[in-house]
Amino acid sequence: MMDIMDMTAVELGKKIKARELSAVEAVEAALARIEEKEREIHSFLSIDGEGALKRAGEVQKRIEDGTLTEPLAGVPAGIKDNICTRGMKTTCASKILEHYIPSYTAEAVQKLEKSGAVVIGKTNMDEFAMGSTTETSYFGVTRNPWNLDHVPGGSSGGSCAAVAAGECSFALGSDTGGSIRQPSSYCGVTGIKPTYGTVSRYGLIAYGSSLDQIGPVAKDVTDCAAILDAIAGYDRKDSTSVARGSYDFTGALIDDVKDMKIGIPRDYFGSGLGPEVKDAIMRAVKVLEEKGAYVEEFDLGLVDYAIPAYYVIASAEASSNLSRFDGVKYGYRAEDYDGLHGMYKKTRTEGFGAEVKRRIMLGSFVLSSGYYDAYYLKALKVKALIKQAFDRAFERYDLILGPVAPATAPKLSSSLDNPMNMYLGDIYTISVNLAGLPGMSVPAGYDSRGLPIGMQLIGGCYKEKDILRAAYAFECATDKMYVKTAPPDRGTADEGEEGR
Amino acid sequence: MAKQYETVIGLEVHVELATKTKIFCSCSTAFGGAPNSHTCPVCTGMPGALPVLNKQVVEYAVAIGLAINCTIARESKFDRKNYFYPDNPQNYQISQLYLPIARDGYVEIETGGRRKKIRIHEMHMEEDAGKLVHDEWDDTSLVDYNRSGVPLVEIVSEPDMRSAEEVIAYLETLRTIIQYLGASDCKLQEGSMRADVNLSVREAGTDKFGTRTEMKNLNSFKAITRAIEAERLRQIELLEEGKLVIQETRRWDDNKETSRAMRSKEDARDYRYFPDPDLVPVVIDDVWLERIKADQPEFRSEKLARYKEEFDIPMSDAEIITSSKRMADIFEETAGLCGNPKKAANWLMVETMRLLKEHDMEPEDIAFSPAGLAKLIGLADAGIINSSVAKDVFEKVFTEDIDPEQYVEERGLRTVSDEDALRRVIAKVIEDTPHAVSDYRGGKEKALGALIGRTMKAMEGKADPALVGKILKDML
Repeated sequence: MMDIMDMTAVELGKKIKARELSAVEAVEAALARIEEKEREIHSFLSIDGEGALKRAGEVQKRIEDGTLTEPLAGVPAGIKDNICTRGMKTTCASKILEHYIPSYTAEAVQKLEKSGAVVIGKTNMDEFAMGSTTETSYFGVTRNPWNLDHVPGGSSGGSCAAVAAGECSFALGSDTGGSIRQPSSYCGVTGIKPTYGTVSRYGLIAYGSSLDQIGPVAKDVTDCAAILDAIAGYDRKDSTSVARGSYDFTGALIDDVKDMKIGIPRDYFGSGLGPEVKDAIMRAVKVLEEKGAYVEEFDLGLVDYAIPAYYVIASAEASSNLSRFDGVKYGYRAEDYDGLHGMYKKTRTEGFGAEVKRRIMLGSFVLSSGYYDAYYLKALKVKALIKQAFDRAFERYDLILGPVAPATAPKLSSSLDNPMNMYLGDIYTISVNLAGLPGMSVPAGYDSRGLPIGMQLIGGCYKEKDILRAAYAFECATDKMYVKTAPPDRGTADEGEEGR
Repeated sequence: MAKQYETVIGLEVHVELATKTKIFCSCSTAFGGAPNSHTCPVCTGMPGALPVLNKQVVEYAVAIGLAINCTIARESKFDRKNYFYPDNPQNYQISQLYLPIARDGYVEIETGGRRKKIRIHEMHMEEDAGKLVHDEWDDTSLVDYNRSGVPLVEIVSEPDMRSAEEVIAYLETLRTIIQYLGASDCKLQEGSMRADVNLSVREAGTDKFGTRTEMKNLNSFKAITRAIEAERLRQIELLEEGKLVIQETRRWDDNKETSRAMRSKEDARDYRYFPDPDLVPVVIDDVWLERIKADQPEFRSEKLARYKEEFDIPMSDAEIITSSKRMADIFEETAGLCGNPKKAANWLMVETMRLLKEHDMEPEDIAFSPAGLAKLIGLADAGIINSSVAKDVFEKVFTEDIDPEQYVEERGLRTVSDEDALRRVIAKVIEDTPHAVSDYRGGKEKALGALIGRTMKAMEGKADPALVGKILKDML
């Protein structure tokens, strides 16, 4: 039998359900893989091995007495460290929350645990999800399992690297401007950002509240659908939650894209796009075309405005969202301060990293009186126009297909010196958040250095099913050749070899 | 000749709404409770917690908005007001700036027989802050978030008031309206109604407004009146000396009867307001609005007009009774039960008012049931108890809401109407007090009073003094 941690979450869940494996064995396998890989990759900020084994034991009992029959029952999961877990540190990879232990569990994690998944630890990320490389983490970088000299992407870099390396069967990430899709692309895993309002944000420590969504990071499309089945749902604790007609995503996994209309935005294939990425995406387009999809190029428009609008809106919201971290109620408090305002200043100066401070300052500036109309209101108008541009496109197409990022994972320490360049890397993912749409990264190839390349599928509002269907058809057509556990020398799932 | 000045006043009034739970979470709004016992992740600003609007807050806000003749916004939004202070756990207050729930209204006030409309600029919903407790011994501050997230509305008037008298009339009118709606108890002392006074002066006859100041920390009508007078004089004095009034926020110290500057316009905070992305717009459709309209109670002016038609009571009594919805409700119900509006009004006007004063209570605090008062009136009317016993029993009704019929029976307080029994007691009194008897017989009418008193005492109050007097006269 192949290594437990090279199975997909759904495959593992099936074996547990069939009693070929136990939930405890699954957790043990994850902990063993972590033991083996964590020193070089550093996907996790905290690992609760003991607690996970205990929870796995309880889950196993409920599987055996027949009260737990969900597909993810007994499957080990990682949770991005900006999602609250009761009794388990939740740091946002920031010094300011270094020792913070929430008093409650986020709705998405509660739903996941209700479906029997076993949380084994919290994954690394860019501080407060601000960054594209996981290098802004106060607790050190995460390395890309495909090549340790490269970043895993970000901000959900820990979740994606952990899944890529098989340290957990799947993970939850969050996506504000591409934070699930871009690291999924860099790490060769499958990740989806659902339509805004699909997964409750209750317990997700906010970065840009109007853009944030929690979503699955997994090995393949089937896993993503199963995880979405578990975590999506209306939650009255989140006012922006939407009650949707159906939450059955697994039902969308049909190997058929015949007559599906797919639009390819020319704007996404300009000079900024790396040639190897472009080739891989065009090959993927061909695959879908050969399966009967109707593919057409079109002009989406407004692409150049997405990044400035995003950084204005996200930073504005962040400047306010992060004001609660002040040393008064929880988290880090500076020593030796002078008065209340001295305490605020020193705590926040010492507690936040450079990128977070940059965005708090930017956000405070664009909301200042006299600048509000010129920046914040204008950015909201751009947001509305971008939404309209997508609405027009979805009158003609079922899906939009393009790259996730202009290039594959950059080398460590090559990004932070030039934040503007780093921001430009988000060009293909950001408008999806601004429009509130679902977007998915699906592994679609490798560059000449062996680094993964992701293709992005964007659907209309509440059209995750179209995305999942096309992604599933692509996986079937390519015989899952891009669904592999890193590093490349490890045996791959589809080859069924034991690589250890 | 000295210049004549006109005072121009606008008010910002905060009213705490009487919801059972907080505006954005399901924590209790009850007063008291150990510090931080009425809190949850939402109202303590825990990371990841999200606000969910309490529908009852909107209902109250719309009801108040309608009652003060505002246009209700069919779509209103919440904004974040950003500022750092520990009583505010998120370091932003959720309020409404850009699209408040109600706009452009007015209330009508009456001062010295003159009626006047005070225009309302806008009214919005917002959350209250927690409370800081300073431990001077230890030089530390603690914060209690029990009040954090208690719902408020802020009612902002136009600068339409010209005197303290008008300000008090405006506040009393607002208070009555809101109490009638049951939307708040509006107690200034307890802070469930708070008023900030914006005041400027200008030379009489000019159109241009002077520079205004905002006065805070006004905890009673008396403090408001004193603060207005002091601030008016302070500003006139500055102008007379050729100095300028500085636009600033001032804090009133009612003990010293003076104010001091808190912060000037120059160091005014930039609150960086923006729409709260965690909340969705509040949409009020026709059905909802019509239902709230239909549920509006009969307000004071309507009640007064009806009382004039329905009840034969003095207008001055009607005015006092209707000044509190609680009092008016008790009056109407009692009158209905006992069929005697005049008596009902009388008990409220005299004994109830006396006891309220004695217990330092407001009419809104009245706890007795109209049935109790109605029964008491019935007992007194039927001569079952005499008026002084009735007063004693009423005190029990007022403080403990007892059933007067049961109480009178249990304590044996019925008036003795058995003449033979009375005659026996009176004979004993006559025998025991020869002095008074001879005084009376000698023409001193007053001595009869003393004899009645002695008899009443011997009867432990359970007799009709008029009947006693009659029998005494007869026997002497």
